[in-house]
Amino acid sequence: MTSAPVAAPADERVGSARLLDRLVLRPEIGALLGAVLVFAFFSVATERFLSAGGVATWLDDASTLGIMAVAVALLMIGGEFDLSAGVMTASTALVTAVLATRLGWNVWLALLVSLAFALGVGALNGWLVLRTGLPSFIVTLGTFLALQGLNLGVTRLVTGTVQVSGMRSAEGYSSAGFVFASTFTLGGTGFHVSIVWWVLCAILAAVVLLRTRFGNWIFAVGGSPLSSRAVGVPVVRTKVLLFMTTAGAAWLVGSINILRFTSVQANQGIGLEFQFIIAAVIGGCLLTGGFGSAVGAAIGALIFGMARQGIVYANWNSDWFQLFLGVMLLAAVLVNNALRRRAERVRR
Amino acid sequence: MTSTRTALRAGLALTGLALLAACSGPGAQDTTGDTTAAPAPTGDLRVAVVTHGTPGDAFWNVVKNGATDAGEQLGVTVDYNSDGDPGRQSTLIDNAVSQEVGGIVVSMANPDALRTSIENAVKAGIPVITINSGSDKSAAFGALAHVGQEESVAGEQAGRKLRETGRTKLLCVIHEAGNVGLNQRCDGARAGFGGTVTNLQVDINNPTDVESRIKGALQTDPSVDAVLALNPQVAVSSVSAVKGASAKAAVATFDLNADVTAAIKAGDVLFAVDQQQYEQGYLPVVMLKLYRDNANTVGGGKPVLTGPGFVDESNVDKVAEYAARGTR
Repeated sequence: MTSAPVAAPADERVGSARLLDRLVLRPEIGALLGAVLVFAFFSVATERFLSAGGVATWLDDASTLGIMAVAVALLMIGGEFDLSAGVMTASTALVTAVLATRLGWNVWLALLVSLAFALGVGALNGWLVLRTGLPSFIVTLGTFLALQGLNLGVTRLVTGTVQVSGMRSAEGYSSAGFVFASTFTLGGTGFHVSIVWWVLCAILAAVVLLRTRFGNWIFAVGGSPLSSRAVGVPVVRTKVLLFMTTAGAAWLVGSINILRFTSVQANQGIGLEFQFIIAAVIGGCLLTGGFGSAVGAAIGALIFGMARQGIVYANWNSDWFQLFLGVMLLAAVLVNNALRRRAERVRR
Repeated sequence: MTSTRTALRAGLALTGLALLAACSGPGAQDTTGDTTAAPAPTGDLRVAVVTHGTPGDAFWNVVKNGATDAGEQLGVTVDYNSDGDPGRQSTLIDNAVSQEVGGIVVSMANPDALRTSIENAVKAGIPVITINSGSDKSAAFGALAHVGQEESVAGEQAGRKLRETGRTKLLCVIHEAGNVGLNQRCDGARAGFGGTVTNLQVDINNPTDVESRIKGALQTDPSVDAVLALNPQVAVSSVSAVKGASAKAAVATFDLNADVTAAIKAGDVLFAVDQQQYEQGYLPVVMLKLYRDNANTVGGGKPVLTGPGFVDESNVDKVAEYAARGTR
């Protein structure tokens, strides 16, 4: 804000400042800037990045991460963590695959049962966290390890090997696959339907967060559970629903994966939970809860996807990939932080 | 808050587009509009190598060295990328296709997951060669050839060799949960060994855990007289575990590194099954160049086997020198 000594029409100046302040107040603005920067960088660095096939590839990479990041962002705004979300994407896929290929169930029925399984585990996470008062970080770490063991143990028990495959020949595969794993053609390039799911999830989450009473509750329980309980916000119900949301999102990603790749490995999904959290944090979520944005998390996932594939397009040595990623994430979070401080100044 | 509304509209529009757009079933090919034919057999050849190795894995480092050495010697540009997650590995293949590379080399730890991406590459006119694992699916996906080792054959040979030394009870150490090839090695060993074979699951990313679990298994059952490791890092841990448990078990392993050759020299490791993975990086680059410049294929529809070779006291000195420089 430069204070121009010249007496320009005052209302205009004030108006523009207000717009800028309003922009800065939005939690996703840092992620948006980061995304523009990464996009511009790789677009200049390599022409393939902007080709239709290139765009389809990095959107595809970002999509499943984005679905999870959006759900995890809601949970983090509600002031909790879910470390079991990564492994859950494999667990749900394994449940679906085992039921469909080993027991010969219809794929849709298998999907329903694995959804019930996911929601059950999510509800258990939430119930444990609220019942014990332990940090969700600890509780979901336990769930994460338990699921990891279940994935490997059950898979080997049922199949004698460590991956379940053969979804293609299961009954109802084509219709389920059409919903979760088909490709649609735009301008001659195939895009995966997971991109549509990602956009839908982001819109749904943003609307819930900003337009509904439940969205207010999420902000309230994340900001201050005690005060929100005092004014009549159903803290328990809100948080349990949020845990079920991340588990449900994990089911969606697991279903997309199993139907697209038609096989699932017992060790899949481990380590992804941190990527979800990172994407949400880039998107402006605070680790302490009460602040953040679903759209921001979706953009955070987009940055991830663009960087992951952009590095390949730029033909950099993949040995340095993780270093680049780490530096980029730090930079994004620092920018977020600076903007948030500014926003707080504006508020005052 | 108009932004939400705009986003909602945009989203609805996009969904509408998606519904209107020509949808195709799951696992259908991406009909890329610009179906460029394979580049003319002149100028630069660019080969993308996409493996399932985790970065920093000693085994895959040798494969990478093989590919990059071949690239330097033949004037071929080689890009090496890897991801242990099959979904992301398939994205890397898609990425190579959209870069219109002249050839793709893929390791298939999970063939089904890569099927669509590989078939798309073949449809786009890019020759594909599969390496290391997934030989049974290679031809079906339209790959030119497969370069690797038959895991069950190699496991069987290792089991037989151990039986010949008079062992009766074998511990087979599996170090990656999602890898089918490792299970095949242990099953092969079971067939070739004839005695009792138990599998032990460890986590390769945690060396301490590897050693202590093997130690625990040896202490629990002192009658175990042979340990089969499926990876050089696990072999070294096994040697320490055997010493720590003061057990009498002999250690044999799959794959080589400098530590294993030293252990063979010292008599701590009986032998190593060497799949000569340097060739799995090197040969595909040669084959792709031959295919482009002379339309040659190699292997006659059968996998080109790079193993099993055995390294024991008789030939360890020569091999050690090469293992130290990262090519064995």
